[in-house]
Amino acid sequence: MGGDAAGPIPTEQHDFSLWEKRVDALMVIASSKGHFTVDGLRRVLEDMSPQSFETMTYYERWIASVNQNLIESGVYTTAELAARMSDVAARGATYGEASHE
Amino acid sequence: MPHDHHDHLSPSGHPYRPDDDHPLTYWQQMEIAIREILIEKGVTTAAEINAQIDAMDARSPANGAAVVARAWTEPAFRDDLLRDASAASASMGFDIGPMKLIAVENTADVHNVIVCTLCSCYPRNLLGLPPDWYKSRAYRSRTVKEPRKVLAEFGVDLPDHVTVRVHDSTADMRYIVVPARPDGTDGWSADQLAALVTRDSMIGTGLPKDPGAIAQTPR
Amino acid sequence: MSDRRYMRVATHMPPGHVRTPAYLRGKVGWVERTLGPFPNPEELAYGVTAAKLRLMRVRFTMAEVWGPDAEHPDDTIDAEIYAHWLSPTDAPHAT
Repeated sequence: MGGDAAGPIPTEQHDFSLWEKRVDALMVIASSKGHFTVDGLRRVLEDMSPQSFETMTYYERWIASVNQNLIESGVYTTAELAARMSDVAARGATYGEASHE
Repeated sequence: MPHDHHDHLSPSGHPYRPDDDHPLTYWQQMEIAIREILIEKGVTTAAEINAQIDAMDARSPANGAAVVARAWTEPAFRDDLLRDASAASASMGFDIGPMKLIAVENTADVHNVIVCTLCSCYPRNLLGLPPDWYKSRAYRSRTVKEPRKVLAEFGVDLPDHVTVRVHDSTADMRYIVVPARPDGTDGWSADQLAALVTRDSMIGTGLPKDPGAIAQTPR
Repeated sequence: MSDRRYMRVATHMPPGHVRTPAYLRGKVGWVERTLGPFPNPEELAYGVTAAKLRLMRVRFTMAEVWGPDAEHPDDTIDAEIYAHWLSPTDAPHAT
């Protein structure tokens, strides 16, 4: 990326939402406890297709990377994640509704 | 899991962003699922996650500004900061965690600017989370090739005799710029000086505020 | 300056997680300072035991990195590069 031609630096700024802060916190906590390294986080981010930069937000890419690292390090399985994500989706249509049981 | 996250205020008493009523996205679904699994497996707790968020919220450029202002007022501290910025910052009581920090100093002849072309490395323990532009493809691509044009977009126009030093945080170190102390601030206290130190001046894309523009210029 | 320790960055292009920016590969700079040793990120990224390596802060001129396209030839770029990517070399020709 360094040196590539690109347009003006964007100036919009958004406040971080709760779910983004939670992604950040999960990354810091899980890596500080030795479940993966910052380099593991970066590796998965870098391996994503260039298209991901257009279609996913910063913290969307982060949670995808955190997830892949946690599965690789054996903290939980894909099956456990899949079942829980379905449970979460069944709780409601909004983040607020899905965040509580 | 506990319903603490259902509260409208964070443990620090600040309101959460009202994002709860937006349609649930796939990635939010994943975040909730991972968080619950990690709590159930004892990897973390809801309290630990909230504490981490609060610690993050508490970090702001004011921390870095205090470090810079002290370097401006205490030559011995400035030397310590340039030698080992992690230790010097920690000595002021800032929680810098495992961050390995290098401070680079602007002078009459040198202007430093920080970028991370590979990802978005940033001295978050001292400045808080990076601004969106710092993470943008445009900033990361262009700063190593045309820093003067980038700086001009931020309103910083440098004369030819000033050397621009770009620092690409490619690996283990994080960087903070110690901007040059503005003229006209003789006798100012460190607290007064800290009010001049902006976030961008510590990334290198800005300069400290004009002391004349600060109301109640102290004497 | 004769006391500068010049280094050339390897031109390898392996896949995977590498912290050596592509735009610096093959370029010559001088050691600004030496850091570490730190565990090799190319191994850390895959969760395997990582060997510790010296990390060099290498300073490149814009003229060296971008050639005639350089915005201002005497401006510089500093980057941290792991020792296994570097080999000692002579000063680059004046541009």
